[in-house]
Amino acid sequence: MGAGLRWVWTQITSMRTALLLLFLLALTAIPGSFIPQESVTPIRVSDFAKAHPLLNRIYQPLGFYHVYTSPWFSAVYLLLFLSLIGCILPRIGVYVRALRTPPPRMPSRLNRLPESASHPVTGSEDAVAAATEWLRRNRYRQVRRDAGEVPGISAERGYLREFGNLLFHISAIFVLVGVAITNLYGYKGTSQVVVGEGFSNTITQYDAFHAGPMVNVDRLNPFTLILKRFLVAFETGPVQTGAAREFDATVQVTADGSTTTRDLQVNHPLTIDGTKVHLLAHGYAVHVTIRDGQGNVAFSGPVVFQPVDTNFKSLGVIKVPDARPQRLAFQGFFLPTAVIDTQQGPHSVFPDALNPRVFLNVWSGPPAAASGVPENVFTLNTTGLTQVKKGNDLLRIELAPGQSYTLPNHLGSISFDGWSRWAGLQISRTPGLWLTVGSIGAAVLGLCLSLFMRPRRLWIRFLRQADGTMLAEAGGLDRADARTGLSDDVRGLVAAATGSDPEGIEVRSRGWADPVTPPRTLAEHQSSDAGVLDTTESADDAPAGAQEEAKK
Amino acid sequence: MNVLEVGGMSSAQFSSLAIVTAAVLFLLAFLAHTVEWASLRAVPVRAGGGAASVDDGHDGARLRSDMFARLGLFATLIAAAAQLAGVVFRGIAAQRAPWGNMYEFVTSAMLFAVLAYLVWALRGRMRWLGIFITALIAVGDGLAATVFYVSVGPLVPALHSVWFLIHILAALISGAALNVGGLASIGYLLRARAERKGTVDRGYVARLPRSEVIDTFAYRLHAFAFPVWTFTVAAGAIWAEYAWGRFWGWDPKETWALITWVIYAGYLHARATAGWRGRNAAIIALVGVGSFWFNFIGINLFVTGLHSYAGV
Repeated sequence: MGAGLRWVWTQITSMRTALLLLFLLALTAIPGSFIPQESVTPIRVSDFAKAHPLLNRIYQPLGFYHVYTSPWFSAVYLLLFLSLIGCILPRIGVYVRALRTPPPRMPSRLNRLPESASHPVTGSEDAVAAATEWLRRNRYRQVRRDAGEVPGISAERGYLREFGNLLFHISAIFVLVGVAITNLYGYKGTSQVVVGEGFSNTITQYDAFHAGPMVNVDRLNPFTLILKRFLVAFETGPVQTGAAREFDATVQVTADGSTTTRDLQVNHPLTIDGTKVHLLAHGYAVHVTIRDGQGNVAFSGPVVFQPVDTNFKSLGVIKVPDARPQRLAFQGFFLPTAVIDTQQGPHSVFPDALNPRVFLNVWSGPPAAASGVPENVFTLNTTGLTQVKKGNDLLRIELAPGQSYTLPNHLGSISFDGWSRWAGLQISRTPGLWLTVGSIGAAVLGLCLSLFMRPRRLWIRFLRQADGTMLAEAGGLDRADARTGLSDDVRGLVAAATGSDPEGIEVRSRGWADPVTPPRTLAEHQSSDAGVLDTTESADDAPAGAQEEAKK
Repeated sequence: MNVLEVGGMSSAQFSSLAIVTAAVLFLLAFLAHTVEWASLRAVPVRAGGGAASVDDGHDGARLRSDMFARLGLFATLIAAAAQLAGVVFRGIAAQRAPWGNMYEFVTSAMLFAVLAYLVWALRGRMRWLGIFITALIAVGDGLAATVFYVSVGPLVPALHSVWFLIHILAALISGAALNVGGLASIGYLLRARAERKGTVDRGYVARLPRSEVIDTFAYRLHAFAFPVWTFTVAAGAIWAEYAWGRFWGWDPKETWALITWVIYAGYLHARATAGWRGRNAAIIALVGVGSFWFNFIGINLFVTGLHSYAGV
C-alpha cells in the first residue's frame, strides 16, 4: 500500500508526467475553440445541436459544449497542478538548504573546469583582498577555502534563479486560487437599461444573473443608477462603414446616501463600492402607446428590442395583458435604417437610427387571469391568442415615428411614439481578481528571474611557485544552460586579483571552442570530466544541480 | 486626415507602396540567399579554414556564394528601411499606433523580426538565418498586401485602451522572437540531420553553425519570448477585464493563446530534461509556431469570437 502510493506519487511528480499533462492540457483545450460553448454562446449551442443531431449525440454526453468545466478537462489541469505541487514542495526545502550552504569546496584541478585562467600576481596589493572585492562588486557569495598554505576563495551567484523558478510555479497555483475565490464569492449579471430609466442592485432587476455558492443574493451591495444620457456614434465614412466609433453613457449613481454623476464608457468600467459596472452592449427600445377597445391607455412606454444583426435589426414583443375587451400582443422587429426591397424584404442597412421603422404582427384573445408564472419578456406564448387578420391576410403594421394605426374589429390602436437606446450593463463582483492579477505579475517576474539569472560558480587560489612568485589560478562553471560571459568573469576575477590588464589574460575553454556553446548538460560535463570535481566537492552537489534542472 | 504628403501621395498610399516594395525586396533578398546556398553545393569546407590552403578548384563558387550573401544582406537592409517607412507612415495616416488589424499586425511583426535579425547579422553572427528570415517576411508581407489589406481606419471603442498598446506591443515582440526561434529550429533540424549522416563538410549545411550552437541560439530566443508571451496573455486578460468585464472567457483567441503558451511551457520543460533537448525540443518549437500562426490567421478568419471585430 505504502509502496504503491509512493509509486503513484513518484509517477505524478515526474517531469515526464508533467510534460505529458502539459501537452494533454493543450490538446484538450482545442475542441472548445471550435465547438460552441454554453458559457460563451448558448444560442449557437442550441443551433448547432439542431443542425447536427448525430454529432450532438456524441458531443452532449462527452461534455463538448462545456469543455472547460468538463470532468476530463478538469482532471487534466488538476493533475497538472498536483504534479506541480509535488514538484515544487520538495524543491523549496532543497532551495532553503542551498541558501544556507556556503559555496562549494575547491576542485583539485581548476584548469579542467569549463573556463579557467592563471596569471602571475604582479601588483603589490593583497591579491586575496582584491579578489574578494571583485567578487563582492559582482555580487558573488564567497567563502575562504584555504588548503594549507594555499589561500583560495569559492564563490557562487545566481541564487535568484531557483527563487524565480519556485516563485513562478507557486504563483501559478495562486492564479487558480484567485479564480476559485472569484467563482465562490463573486457574482455577475446583466441588465438592459433604457435611457432615462434606472437600475437598482437587487436580484429582481437582472436579466441574467450568476452567483457563486457563497454569495447571499438577497444582500447584494445596495446602489442605484439612472442612465441619464447615452451617446452612440457609428462610422459613416467609406472604410468600415457602420463600425462602432463611440459609446458614452452618463449615469447618476446613488450609493451610501450620496448621489454622483459619472461617465461610463467601453473599457472604462465604473466601480461602485467594489462592484464593477461595465458597458457591454447596446440596442434600441421602441416607445409605444397602446389603447384598448374601450379607448383606455392599456400600455405606454419603452419596450426593449434585441438586436439580431450588425445593422441592428431588432426583435421584440409587446405584451398588453390589461387591454379590454380583448387582451393584445404585438410581435415584430425594429429597423433603425429601414430599406425595403423585393429580394430581402424589410431590412436595416445601417446601425444608427437614420430611418427608423417598426414592423409588427398583432395577436388578440380573451383576457387571461394572471398566472403568477414568470414569463420570458422576449418571447410570445401565443396560447389563447389568435393572430389578427386584415381581410384574408395576416395583419402587418408598418409605422414610422409619430404614426398610429387603428386595429380592426375595434381592438384598439397603437402609436409608435419614438425610440431610445438601451445600454447593456454588466454588474459584477470579482473578489479574487487582485489575487489572480498579483499572482500573474509575480509569475512573470519569477519567470524572468528563472530564465535570465545566471547561476555561476567561480574559484580562485594563489599558489606559491618554486621561485617564490605567486600564481593566481581561477576557474568557473555555469550551472544553467545557454549562458554567456563565463570567460569574461574568469578573466575579470584574475585581472582584479593580480592587478593586471584583462587583455593580457588568456582564458582556456575546455572542449567548447565557441563561447556561446555551453556543456550539453551538467551531467554530461560531469561524466566527461570524471574525477575533476568529485574529489573535492561534496559528492551530490553539482549532479544535484543537474537533477534540479531536469526536474522542472 | 492625412497629416503628411510624400511625393504627392497621401501617407496611407505611401505606406502601402513601401510595404509592397519591401515585400519585393525581401523576395529578391531570399533569391540572393538561395543562390548563395546553391553555389555551395558540392563545395567542401576548406580544411582548417586557413589562409594558406591550396586552391581546390572551388574558389569561384565560394566567391560567388560570398557575393550573393552580401547582396542578400544588402537587399534585406533596404527592405527593412522600406518596411520601417511602411509601418511608420501607416501610423501617421491612421493617427494611432498601427496595430489595429491583421495587416498592421503582420507588417509590424515582420519589422520587429527583420530588425532583430539585422542586429545579429551586422554583428557578424547568425547570417545563416538570412534565407529563412527573408522567406518568412516575403510571405508575411505578401499575405499582408494581398489577403489582409484594409484601408486606414479608426479603431472600434473596444480597442480604445492603453492595454491595447501594451498587449499588442508585447504580442509583436514575442511573436517576432517566436518566429525567429522557429526558423532557428528549422536550421537546427537541417544541421543536426547532416551531422547524424556525417555530411556536414560540404554544401549549405557547412554554412550553418554546429547544431549545439543553433540549439542554444533557439533556446535563448524562446527563453526571451516566453516571458513576453506570458505577459501578452496576462495583459490581454487585464484588458478583457476592463473591456468585457471578465479576464478570461475561453474565447477562441484566448484559448489558442493559452494553447500556444502551454506548448512553449512544454518546450522549456522538455529542454530542461536531458533526453528531450535538441531534435525533440526543435519539433515542439515548430508546433508552437504553428499554433501561434493558427491563432493569428485561423482564428481571425475562420472562427467567430470576440477577437474577430476587425474582419481581417
